[in-house]
Amino acid sequence: MNWAVVLPLLIFLVVIFFVGLWANRKMAEADGFLSDYFLGSREFGGLVLAMTMVATYGSASSFLGGPGAAYTIGFGWVLLAMTQVATGYFVLLILGKKFAIVARRYNAVTLVDFLKERYKSKAVVLISAFSILVFLFSAMAAQWVGGAYLIQSLTGLSYIGALFIFTLSVLVYVTAGGFRAVVITDTLQGVIMFFGTLILLIAVIMAGGGITNIMSELVAINPNLITPFGQDGQLNAAYVSSFWILVGVGVIGLPQIAVRAMSYKDSQAMHRAIIIGTIVVGFIMLGMHLIGVFARPVMPGIEVADQVIPSVALEVLPPWLAGIILAAPLAAIMSTVDSLLILVSSTVVKDVYMNYIKPNASNDTVKKVSFGVTGIIGIIAFVLSISPPELLIFLNLFAFGGLESAFIWPLVLGLYWKFANKHGAIASMITGIGSYIAIHLYNEAYGNLFGVHTVTVPVFLSLAVFVLFSLLFKQEPYEFPANNINK
Amino acid sequence: MRNNNKQTDPRFRIAHREALIGCGLAVINILWWYGFAYGLGSKPPEQYTYILGFPAWFFYSCIGGFVLMVVLVVFVVKFMLKEVPLDDEEKEEGSQ
Repeated sequence: MNWAVVLPLLIFLVVIFFVGLWANRKMAEADGFLSDYFLGSREFGGLVLAMTMVATYGSASSFLGGPGAAYTIGFGWVLLAMTQVATGYFVLLILGKKFAIVARRYNAVTLVDFLKERYKSKAVVLISAFSILVFLFSAMAAQWVGGAYLIQSLTGLSYIGALFIFTLSVLVYVTAGGFRAVVITDTLQGVIMFFGTLILLIAVIMAGGGITNIMSELVAINPNLITPFGQDGQLNAAYVSSFWILVGVGVIGLPQIAVRAMSYKDSQAMHRAIIIGTIVVGFIMLGMHLIGVFARPVMPGIEVADQVIPSVALEVLPPWLAGIILAAPLAAIMSTVDSLLILVSSTVVKDVYMNYIKPNASNDTVKKVSFGVTGIIGIIAFVLSISPPELLIFLNLFAFGGLESAFIWPLVLGLYWKFANKHGAIASMITGIGSYIAIHLYNEAYGNLFGVHTVTVPVFLSLAVFVLFSLLFKQEPYEFPANNINK
Repeated sequence: MRNNNKQTDPRFRIAHREALIGCGLAVINILWWYGFAYGLGSKPPEQYTYILGFPAWFFYSCIGGFVLMVVLVVFVVKFMLKEVPLDDEEKEEGSQ
């Protein structure tokens, strides 16, 4: 075991652990347990809001898989990755103040709470809770496996040992500290991701003898690496552009992102978060993917995509610094897993248990159930990660695009279109998920339909169906309540 | 249903305007990104020009596009977004 590398990682894990304990203390002071555990009492400022959005969104793929692809494919993949700059400003501007105001009036703590109150339909609640549970749980388990692999490759521990360490560190702070622990650690993790990117980028450019030098070596390897079309010319403009939907504007429909748009303190926090978020997400995406491309001449011949960043960090940096930098992908994975864990838990507790199983549970019961459910979900994820079942891997493929196609219109049109109603929402969610799975299977078998990413068609289909069904079963135009619904 | 004669919350009008601004930003972002990437990048790599070591298409589309969006976002936040209270209790309008 390389202690110079492992020590910074250990320190990182210990700090995270204490943040969880601190958040747990803080929770004792808050007046409402539920909105504190699952939403941090809506008190976050600009920096924290921006960082938690970036960190939740930036996952293993931004730090390992994405740069690994850029290593093989070249600048075309960096171009594709830059579609993600939009996430920095788009989600907060579109959901913006209206979502925050309405969520407060509804006393909504989860995205499902919002949908429940807006559409007043049991079917909407059940479909959305069910899809969150199935898809986000699979996504979480997949990241869980990724986190364990990363720890394994850095420390040389066995997979089970690494999995155990990962589970223990995530589970303790999320279970004990709730949403506040999640966002505070996200902030810390976001800062590590930002500076990790900066340092590694500079080190790689220096190791490669400057950008001009790296560029001519890339051309010598394969001139296609510096075109927008990929090393074999496999990336066409339509395909790359369709990522604007998948990882750019469509991100608005991801429950783990949307819920953050109702967690902030005031409009000033949102304004600052838009600026910080755009800068941080843009810099991380640009920097990490450039590192992937620049690593090609610096360290040719890496076979496994996920190994590119760890290998190049160990190559160009002194071990202790590499340890700090490699905390960044671990931070990225943890910050995604923790957000998904708390979201899945809130869905079970708030949307299922409190809605349909025990609506008048006492505060004390809710507290116990919340801690218990969060812990149990984590343990299930641990057990499943020991040898991930096929079904889990299969479901994870739909987690991102499938949820976007399901939630984007019920959320956006529910906010901005007064004729949006439950018929439209139900039809749209079913169409979104159903067509996503169908087109995914079609694309696997026959190549991409219309040459674009799977998500494209379902997003437009679910929009059309939403509008059609809302107008077909037309209801009175919806007015948001003028005051808090409990008063 | 109810409140039909009631005026829409003025904060909602602000929110609607800001949502449209968000769409506008995304459109600018996409056009800039696409235009430079495929406008300058579609010729064979031997004919590429370079800026600060990067191929010109990449420099303008990705690096320039990122800087442009940061500038636009800062401009929008400073001059176009409005501060509004999010809770209903403190309903005094026109802070600042």
